Amino acid sequence: MLSIKNLHANINDKEILKGINLEIKAGEIHAIMGPNGSGKSTLSAVIAGKEEYEVTEGKVMLDDEDLSDFSPEERAHKGIFLSFQYPVEIPGVTVTNFIKTAINETRKAKGLEELPAKEMLQLIREKSDLLEIDRKFLSRSLNEGFSGGEKKRNEIFQMAMLEPKLAILDETDSGLDIDALKVVAKGVNKLKSDKNSVLVITHYQRLLDYIVPDFVHVLYNGKIVKSGGKELALELEKKGYDWLK
Amino acid sequence: MDLKEKLISSFLAFENEGNLNLDSNTHATRLKAIKSFEQHGFPTKKEEDWKYTNLKPLLKHDYCLFPTTKNPVGFKNIRKYLLNDIETYTLIFIDGVFSSFLSTTTHDDCDVCVLSSALNRPKYHMVVDNYFNKIAKESESISQLNTAFTIEGAFINVPKNTIVPKPVQIIYFSTGSEKEVMLQPRNLVIVGENSHVQIIERHQNLSDEVTFTNTVTEIFANKRAVVDYYKIQNDTKNSSLIDSTYVSQKMQSVASVNTFSFGGKLTRNNLEFYHEGEGITSNLNGISILNDKQHVDNATLVNHKFPNCESHELYKGIYSDKSSGVFNGKVVVKRDAQKTNAFQQNNNILIDDGATINAKPQLEIFADDVKCSHGCTIGQLDESALFYMQSRGIPKKEAKALLLYAFGNDVVEKIKIPQLKTKIAKFIATKLNVKLGFDL
Repeated sequence: MLSIKNLHANINDKEILKGINLEIKAGEIHAIMGPNGSGKSTLSAVIAGKEEYEVTEGKVMLDDEDLSDFSPEERAHKGIFLSFQYPVEIPGVTVTNFIKTAINETRKAKGLEELPAKEMLQLIREKSDLLEIDRKFLSRSLNEGFSGGEKKRNEIFQMAMLEPKLAILDETDSGLDIDALKVVAKGVNKLKSDKNSVLVITHYQRLLDYIVPDFVHVLYNGKIVKSGGKELALELEKKGYDWLK
Repeated sequence: MDLKEKLISSFLAFENEGNLNLDSNTHATRLKAIKSFEQHGFPTKKEEDWKYTNLKPLLKHDYCLFPTTKNPVGFKNIRKYLLNDIETYTLIFIDGVFSSFLSTTTHDDCDVCVLSSALNRPKYHMVVDNYFNKIAKESESISQLNTAFTIEGAFINVPKNTIVPKPVQIIYFSTGSEKEVMLQPRNLVIVGENSHVQIIERHQNLSDEVTFTNTVTEIFANKRAVVDYYKIQNDTKNSSLIDSTYVSQKMQSVASVNTFSFGGKLTRNNLEFYHEGEGITSNLNGISILNDKQHVDNATLVNHKFPNCESHELYKGIYSDKSSGVFNGKVVVKRDAQKTNAFQQNNNILIDDGATINAKPQLEIFADDVKCSHGCTIGQLDESALFYMQSRGIPKKEAKALLLYAFGNDVVEKIKIPQLKTKIAKFIATKLNVKLGFDL
């Protein structure tokens, strides 16, 4: 599904990613771990198409299509979803209205009609029930005054609504207590199928107790220095990153 | 002949032909006003308060001062400029002349009618003598000019203990019956003790001809009165407006003036609040969304003279293309005004390199036990917020509009008439040139 080949990327002429290779197949969960400054968030931003980053070499492919020339919104339309570490607050625009706009823009890009209001409502109900989200929450302004846990749940709700092929969860566990973490992980697991894939980006192993990866990769200084199964995460937890340097 | 000379030489004829009572106090007021205007003339950029707004291009036109030719205007021509989905009192003026046919007035629990009848009827002489031109600033020559030529406008007189059941809409239309026209409407609003009124004011050109409006509004809020005033400025590109609004408040009254500037060639808003008692609240909210070469200048003053009063000021601006904005917010806290809470906030976003904003907060505080704050920001759109929305499939253009909409939202939230709130939100969406994909 996702294929990253020899990816190099700069920001402000500083090289952050120094040749990344990664293959994610449909139905798989991959985790990328690594110390601060290793390039984890850069990798997620580059996959999602953030314009400040310049890809100097290599490419990102989704279903054999090179994404290089596509804007972030076009990548979203093709099925990439990035859950943010710090979701943005948008006062005056409710969760419901925001997701309606996102869904209808995606449909428009695919040449489909807008989703009729009734079906939209039904979809919203279905997904909010699935994720055990209080309906009142949906009429609040997007992320405004949300707790850390509410923000992350809202991200997962949007993911549920948009049904991406590849979901990238960037530091989804940061700022969450263990209960909130469990709720978010439960949501992700419910949405998981053999047709979509998840890329979890995290500092700590604890999220991986709840979203169990098929593969774990260690990112260090802009490169993947080690890959393995889920047991690698436990090893990292015990030994830290120093032994890999 | 330049405009100043033309106005001065027209004054005598105006007083003689206007069927105005030349024995009244009003006549004396007019005479004094025209003399003041003659002495000072139109404000120029040399004056500190007018530094960023140049009136010269406006004054070059050969304005018709008293349009007489009539273009027929029916309800269908003006419908879209009105708030239709709720019941309101309406005062409609066409080229400066009141249209009783298009208006809905009342004299039942309160007076919602025209200033000309108040000026000319003996019944109202006391009211006029007590309130007319009592707070319009003497040193503002443009307001004095309006006073000299006062002939028509809205007169709203709410007795004590009265809640006006419907909002009042005041709309001044120009029709382009003359190539270039100058209008000088005058509004007088008196709200009695414990009374409440909501007012919406708008100036609208129905043609592509040139209109220059110089309007003055005086608002008196007596003890514990509540006044909500909304100004909608969304006029055509050949229309300019100088709006001077003066508010006088007695103890424990609450007066709010909300200014929405989306259109017009040049707009200048003088907005001044004067406190005459304790426990007063003054609210000043505004949002300007400009493009092309539009210019809006908001010059505000809150004069705290008494203890235990509050003022809350929030102005936002979004400037595209070569538009320019000015925010000049002055807050004065006099020595006796202890325990004053005065807050001022002015946030601006410049979309294009050619757009400018001149922001000048001025706080003059002479009391020592007060809470005063001001904040002023000028910035661009937050790139990471844009990326967030794009990553959800929302194209950049729509994402920008949504962010700008969100930026202005806290001003829109101050609107207390739900139908007006919806209308303003739609204006904003239109002005930002975007279909938001949901009902606001």
